[in-house]
Amino acid sequence: MATQTAVLAKPDRKISSQTGDRIARLTALFFACLLIAIVVLLLYELLWRSEAARAKFGLSFLASSEWNPVTEQFGALPFLYGTVVTSLVAMFLSVPLGLGAAIFLAELAPVKLSNALTFVIELLAAIPSVIYGLLAIFTLVPLMREYIEPFLKTILGFLPFFQGPVMGVGYLTAGLVLAIMTVPFIISVSREALLAVPREQREAALALGATRWETTWQIVVPYAKLGILGSVFLGLARALGETMAVTMVVGNLPAVHAGLFWPGTSIAAAIANEFSEAGGTVYPAALIELGLVLFGLTIVINGFARLMIMATTKKGSKR
Amino acid sequence: MLARRKFVNIVMLSLTGVCTVATVAVLFLILGALIVHGASSLSWNFFTKLPAPIGETGGGMANAIVGSAQIVGVAALIGIPIGFLAGVYLSEYEDKKFAAIVRYIADLLNGVPSIIVGILAWALLVVPMHGNSALAGSIALSVMLTPIVTRQTEQFLREVPLALREGALALGASKWKMIATVVVPAGSKGIMTGMILGVARVAGETAPLLFTAGLNQYWGGLREPTASLPVMIYKLATGPYEEWHQLAWSAGLVLIAMVLTANILARMILARGVSVPRG
Amino acid sequence: MIKEIVTCGVLTAAVASIACGQTKINASGASFPDPVYERWFADYHKAHSDVLINYAPIGSGGGVKGITDGTTDFGASDMPMTDQELAAAKRKIYHFPTVLGAVVPTYNIPGVTQELKFSGSTLAGIYMGTIKKWNDKALEAENPGVRLPADDIIVVHRTDASGTTFIFTDYLSKVSPEWKSKVGAAKAVSWPTGLAGSQNAGVTGLVKQTPDSIGYVELIYAIQNKIPYGVVKNSSGAYIKASMDTVSQAAAGVSMPDDFRVSITDASGKGAYPISSFTWMLIPGDIPDANKAKAIHAFLAWMLTDGQKIAPSLDFAPLPKPVVEKEQKQLAMLGKGAH
Repeated sequence: MATQTAVLAKPDRKISSQTGDRIARLTALFFACLLIAIVVLLLYELLWRSEAARAKFGLSFLASSEWNPVTEQFGALPFLYGTVVTSLVAMFLSVPLGLGAAIFLAELAPVKLSNALTFVIELLAAIPSVIYGLLAIFTLVPLMREYIEPFLKTILGFLPFFQGPVMGVGYLTAGLVLAIMTVPFIISVSREALLAVPREQREAALALGATRWETTWQIVVPYAKLGILGSVFLGLARALGETMAVTMVVGNLPAVHAGLFWPGTSIAAAIANEFSEAGGTVYPAALIELGLVLFGLTIVINGFARLMIMATTKKGSKR
Repeated sequence: MLARRKFVNIVMLSLTGVCTVATVAVLFLILGALIVHGASSLSWNFFTKLPAPIGETGGGMANAIVGSAQIVGVAALIGIPIGFLAGVYLSEYEDKKFAAIVRYIADLLNGVPSIIVGILAWALLVVPMHGNSALAGSIALSVMLTPIVTRQTEQFLREVPLALREGALALGASKWKMIATVVVPAGSKGIMTGMILGVARVAGETAPLLFTAGLNQYWGGLREPTASLPVMIYKLATGPYEEWHQLAWSAGLVLIAMVLTANILARMILARGVSVPRG
Repeated sequence: MIKEIVTCGVLTAAVASIACGQTKINASGASFPDPVYERWFADYHKAHSDVLINYAPIGSGGGVKGITDGTTDFGASDMPMTDQELAAAKRKIYHFPTVLGAVVPTYNIPGVTQELKFSGSTLAGIYMGTIKKWNDKALEAENPGVRLPADDIIVVHRTDASGTTFIFTDYLSKVSPEWKSKVGAAKAVSWPTGLAGSQNAGVTGLVKQTPDSIGYVELIYAIQNKIPYGVVKNSSGAYIKASMDTVSQAAAGVSMPDDFRVSITDASGKGAYPISSFTWMLIPGDIPDANKAKAIHAFLAWMLTDGQKIAPSLDFAPLPKPVVEKEQKQLAMLGKGAH
């Protein structure tokens, strides 16, 4: 059919197809530009609307622990600290767990089982944050308060990390929830990085007499390390920006404490809790400045993640 | 020494299995908890009635369910076309450097924390409109939806074999006709998957709706504060009343059922086609 | 996908057609009176089905912000707007007291079922972090006969800008000079210690779920959630339990200024409950939409008569008669379009 139309309507079609092509290209280009416009707009709004706070506090904003809406003195330190601590706790737990599962799925499990399990695990990534929060409030927090935190306190209480009032909410609980939320990303991306390692590498190691584990740990994993690292950064970026699950179990105390049992806060939690009623000019500007800091942080981390994952795909396709 | 190495081998490999089981178990625990706690108050009332004041029974979450449908629906209407066309551009019309920028921007947007997107929508809509609205919530969600659709569209269009394209061009089709009638349909399964997954993802987002669509005890509207399932779950779970907690469980069950169904559906559509390279 | 979009469209159209012809009013503010406001708005809607008042109990700070920015049609706050806030509003805002309520210290101490006694100094000490454990000497002295555990006290306060916080800190500032200088009274203060929840509901939830905790909430929240609350020593030295009667006694002696902005914490009067307060609706003098203005004024008239009768069933004390009459005069003036 296309052939007939092509043969019959040649001259007209050429012109109309040229215009058609031009229109199509411009339309697609326009929408691509729209994406850029959105990001530019975002940056603009974040910068402009935080002006009042940035002018007032300057760089000391990042180092100050004060958060006083009455005297309009604001500092980002407790929020930055909380964001980083909860994310680090999450990574500390989810990376070993995720890497372990990724190794199992990539190296040990038969293909069908591996695919099925990966599918199930990726479903975990699709569960909304607020549902993790819901479960955490009613099941995890009592568990932490009644059993886990007292247990950790008795055994490891001499470490500065395992100190603080046992309330069930706090940095540790938030970190735990974040760990569960980031594990699927680690597993998914690491598994693919591991699968991309050429067979020859494994076979060579096994031929030399290495055990399965030794092959995996000393040959395959290092080969895939860029991709794995990429997955870690991906998970980290997700943890840094996570709002609902954290704000529901972190305790919402704007202060800095070393003990993980202490309630704390995070940038996203602060914005979620206080933005609606932040009155005046400096208060909302301070919250938006917090948002700007978080935005910058996630861009940088995501950037690293992307670089690493891109490097892996290049490496994998080299063979 | 060999024995020790063999021992380590078995222990470590088993541990990896344990890790996997633990992770998978979490999913089932979550589902289980939601079903156990939430199924009991799923009733006709739940789906059809408005929330009742504290102390009265028989209330439901009809407004939140419809509200979510409204907000997500409009977000899809906005985000899907933009994302799709941007994806088409990236795949079909590469102007090397510019396309690289656009791709980077799409990835960047994908990684922006949802609450920051909420701030953007607040600045753009809530402030000039002097109030919360479903539209503001939709705009926030569409900003999150667009990069997801862009990436998926680009990815699946790229996979359409060169032969197919060249064939169309050889038959005399113009570029846009080739794209519209050959390439896009060829990649349609993956693209649709991307759209479904993207919509499912934004349907569960809470943070961007907190100060854009807000809440409403009654029906909302495009220019009015509108209740949504995720925000209601947040409010109900963090309150003191037992009835609220019960409603939160049920709402959570409904939400997760919707999201998981969409996800499973999408992957089933895809499974009939090519396997998905993620990233 | 298409199906979903069509369903949305149909539903929106259906809802829009139902909603047409209705006056929709958006309000936000204090969570302190939320139980009675919710009841009022629901009952009013039953009687006047063309008026829908959507109230978001996001805290008094949010209520003041909403009315200042113009994002809501009216606001609600447990703390009267300060001169600064009124100046920032750029339009005339009228205060209408609605009910009287009480802020109670509610606690969750495993093993303690008795009613605890608190004084201004012990409450200030707990919230300043100087009284750290439940079996502190000061608390034991005030509560002979009660076995208080040696556990750390977990203090709960608000995350949001709250009128309830203002009432509580206003009281603490009046009875503790140390509190006044170190922390002060406001909707949001720099808390020396503690966990935080959003709105009265959030604090109640935290106290309910956290053993060894103490929080300050409006009376009805403690009652509805069946958590114990303590009695507080008033300025005459008597330990008073919060109730409609004791709250009304706190309001009895006060002379109401013309703009209705007044504080009744630490009131004199033998049987007065010391942490009592009015709560206000913040009504702009110039509501641009005539329908909304009419509806709001009609609601206020209903609130001052029928509404007052409903309040006691939710443990809020109705307004004293002279206050009601004064408000009706203000309402009449508003209705005539005075600015």
